[in-house]
Amino acid sequence: MATSALQPHATPPELIRNFCIIAHIDHGKSTLADRMLQITGVVEERAMRAQYLDRMDIERERGITIKSQAVRMPWEADGQTYCLNMIDTPGHVDFTYEVSRSLAACEGAVLLVDAAQGIEAQTLANLYLAMENDLTIIPVLNKIDLPAAQPEKYAAELAGLIGCDPSEVLRVSGKTGVGVDELLDEIVAQLPPPVGDADAPARAMIFDSVYDNYRGVVTYVRVVDGNLNPRERIVMMSTKAQHDLLEIGVISPEMMPSKGLGVGEVGYLITGVKDVRQSKVGDTVTNSAKPAASPIGGYRDPMPMVFSGLYPIDGSDYPDLRDALDKLKLNDAALVYEPETSAALGFGFRCGFLGMLHLEIVRERLEREFDLDLISTLPNVVYEVTMEDGKEIEVTNPSEFPYGKVSDVREPVVRATILAPSEFIGAIMELCQQRRGSLLGMDYLSEERVEMRYTLPLAEIVFDFFDQLKSKTRGYASLDYQEAGDQSADLVKVDILLQGETVDAFSAIVHKDKAYAYGVQMAAKLKELIPRQQFEVPIQAAIGSRIIARENIRAIRKDVLAKCYGGDISRKRKLLEKQKEGKKRMKNIGTVEVPQEAFIAALSNDSSGEKAKK
Amino acid sequence: MPSALPDGDPAPRNGALPAAALASLPDHPWGVYLHVPFCRVRCGYCDFNTYTVPELGGDGASVATYAGAALREVDLARRVVGQARPVDTVFVGGGTPTMLAAGDLVSVLDGIRDAWGLAPGAEITTEANPDSVTPESLAELAEGGFTRVSFGMQSAVPHVLATLDRTHDPANVARAVAAARAAGLQVSLDLIYGTPGESLPDWETSLRAAVDLEPDHISAYALVVEEGTKLAAQVRRGMVAAPEDDDEAAKYEAAERLLSGAGYDWYEVSNWASEPAHRCRHNIGYWSDGNWWGVGPGAHSHVGGVRWWNAKHPSAYAARLAEGASPAVGRETLTADQRYDELVLLQTRLVDGLPVERLREEGQAAVAGLIADGLIEGADAVRARRVVLTLRGRLLADTVVRRLLDLT
Repeated sequence: MATSALQPHATPPELIRNFCIIAHIDHGKSTLADRMLQITGVVEERAMRAQYLDRMDIERERGITIKSQAVRMPWEADGQTYCLNMIDTPGHVDFTYEVSRSLAACEGAVLLVDAAQGIEAQTLANLYLAMENDLTIIPVLNKIDLPAAQPEKYAAELAGLIGCDPSEVLRVSGKTGVGVDELLDEIVAQLPPPVGDADAPARAMIFDSVYDNYRGVVTYVRVVDGNLNPRERIVMMSTKAQHDLLEIGVISPEMMPSKGLGVGEVGYLITGVKDVRQSKVGDTVTNSAKPAASPIGGYRDPMPMVFSGLYPIDGSDYPDLRDALDKLKLNDAALVYEPETSAALGFGFRCGFLGMLHLEIVRERLEREFDLDLISTLPNVVYEVTMEDGKEIEVTNPSEFPYGKVSDVREPVVRATILAPSEFIGAIMELCQQRRGSLLGMDYLSEERVEMRYTLPLAEIVFDFFDQLKSKTRGYASLDYQEAGDQSADLVKVDILLQGETVDAFSAIVHKDKAYAYGVQMAAKLKELIPRQQFEVPIQAAIGSRIIARENIRAIRKDVLAKCYGGDISRKRKLLEKQKEGKKRMKNIGTVEVPQEAFIAALSNDSSGEKAKK
Repeated sequence: MPSALPDGDPAPRNGALPAAALASLPDHPWGVYLHVPFCRVRCGYCDFNTYTVPELGGDGASVATYAGAALREVDLARRVVGQARPVDTVFVGGGTPTMLAAGDLVSVLDGIRDAWGLAPGAEITTEANPDSVTPESLAELAEGGFTRVSFGMQSAVPHVLATLDRTHDPANVARAVAAARAAGLQVSLDLIYGTPGESLPDWETSLRAAVDLEPDHISAYALVVEEGTKLAAQVRRGMVAAPEDDDEAAKYEAAERLLSGAGYDWYEVSNWASEPAHRCRHNIGYWSDGNWWGVGPGAHSHVGGVRWWNAKHPSAYAARLAEGASPAVGRETLTADQRYDELVLLQTRLVDGLPVERLREEGQAAVAGLIADGLIEGADAVRARRVVLTLRGRLLADTVVRRLLDLT
């Protein structure tokens, strides 16, 4: 612990060390971070809240860090007090861009790997990004207190990856605190201090921005050149928007206002804006009176990759859903949405997400924080359709896929990296083959662990690829992917018809070879899920006007309760009253009544439909 | 009646009814239901509130003391409703009413007669197990004032009876019917269709056997697998097949065909009578807003839009009465909307149907569509402005009700 901390705005850059921790979910990053906060005296032991840095409940439950933050910690080494800034990074592939900005705010990274599990694909991806950003890497094995730890084996693996000696791999336990002091010393010793021009116009990079109910948007920055001071007027270089700096400070571990931030320092800004879109990750902040000539570089707008329709189960919740999305947007620059109407599901929104995790998080927050019951349609990617007359159409909703004279359809593809024990190579190849993947290469990380690289259509992995991968490898495989352009593909739209009426929510764009299987499976599923009606209901799957699958729901012949005497009456009436409630949850497709549960079950990931049958 | 009691409000300890409910007594039929919660054995399909002797234990209520407890409730009823009006109908159900000695049944009837008097031509029915009656017991019931007996025949096919756990010899039914006739009682037979393993020809055999006995009245009920029964457990374990709606529909159609062919006309979804005078007036009261007091454990009552129900277990029931308290454990006072739902739900089950003008606007708007779908009789709707179910509509009566209540 340091005897006295250095004051912000008055800290020489050479005494600053900015680092992040790269780790896979549940490899113990949060526990290690907590331990560092404690050992450096930033958080008192009794105030220690487990996993201090992960603030959102959903994150804590899922063990995922969604939003990064930065904590300033004092640390004394060789009689000199240093300032360590720990910048927390998101750990999931959906947030690759945010990760890259967090990395850009650091000079070094702690590569943290579970000593019982070895490195995972996502960690490898982030390590790759860190090395691309010329970060100094400190390899660390965590959880060495576990009986199942194999430090020798994984030290060798890490050493092989980053090109160091296995003896240079540190060994710690975030849980017991063993080795954490040494790690902090190594951070001071190995990481280069930040370098910048103190006299140049201010330039600070935004690596995160978070909406806070009381304070508005809190913007996290790393100062590169010059300095930022309270009450200055600042400019966001990508939008040219100007704001007054109401407050500036550092986090240690709560917000502490400071006299400003100088070269190499990491802290927060508050300008009173209410929408994170006005404070974009990757943008450069400068001084309005003395602006920088050029931004730091590396900024880009977030691009939604996966789309899904979100609908309230109770149609009267539509305004609430709109308000909830408006609020979420304040804290989620990547969320995009526009109103959409579905004949089957009513009024809702077509939403764009960075990836599947982002979709799930948004949906869960809507349900949990805003108390909404939602149906989401099958996720899909964006297709570029070229018609025979040369007209180009961007399709984000399968029901907008044009009929007829299509000359070309392009779909996004990703480069996927899969790490797994080598015994599963066959199973993984089979899965990737089914998903139209092509193998780019394969390397052994060690005798038992292999890295496989594939190109895969994004559409093939947005649905249940990761679940399938996990189940085919008994949970051992890990996956990472990055956008890798697009490709032409033989894609068709399969419609599902009930009693001759297209049910828009079930239309899907699939590869021609899979259209039949999709149609058969969906028709069979709906046959199980839709209750029998007074009349026979044909379910058809069709490509254009060509029927590729058909099922029939036979007409119901009897529903009457045979006995209805004295004591049956209350029971029967209560049943009717329940049905009145249930009416809200019925949708009519033409004359066919479909319970919401049928839509939910049919749209769920569960391909067998078993769950819905009860 | 099904044994699970509904949720409701607490019932007052003295059983008192609001004046508005009592006001309905003079101009609605007035019935008494007596529940006899005893059986010799419990049948595998039955979830009614009934107990075998070993299940009862020794405290409070027993077959021997039951009539006394029931009479105490009749006294309470007399205090609550006052003189009301002479009783139009009495129905003794179970359980197995004939587990009680005929003299006990007659003594409860006497108590009812003492309380309110019996209207001229009152209909007094008891259910009976064909195995537990004798010519003597039937004659004693008739002499005591009973006019009608309803036998649980269920089926004439041995393997079907075995699946139902019914032990009677089909030949006993014929003997029991003859004895009841000899005693001057009207006779009704109850049949069950849809028992696992029952074929359509099996069912037709049972129908013919029932018709051959020339009863005045026949009820036919689809078997319902009720939660908590032995049959439900067997279905769940896959030991027997669950009844199927389609099969039951075919059997209902067979019943209508055979029974109407033999001169029995339907007057309620599950009931047929050889002539209008033989319809069960007590049960018609349930479907047409009649008032009745249900005496006995778990019995349900209705007076003027108030429904209530008694403690289920015979001991709890007897204990409450012994304290001078009402045995009711829950009640509900129906709102106007609930009464309307019940009107539509119940009255459409009857051959006389429901007058169109009793329907609210959305219900009236549904009538044309129901005719078009063949669910209600077009001619009745046009000429008599009544909603009367067709054969198809009787099978899909729930759908009809939902459409009349605009729930679709």
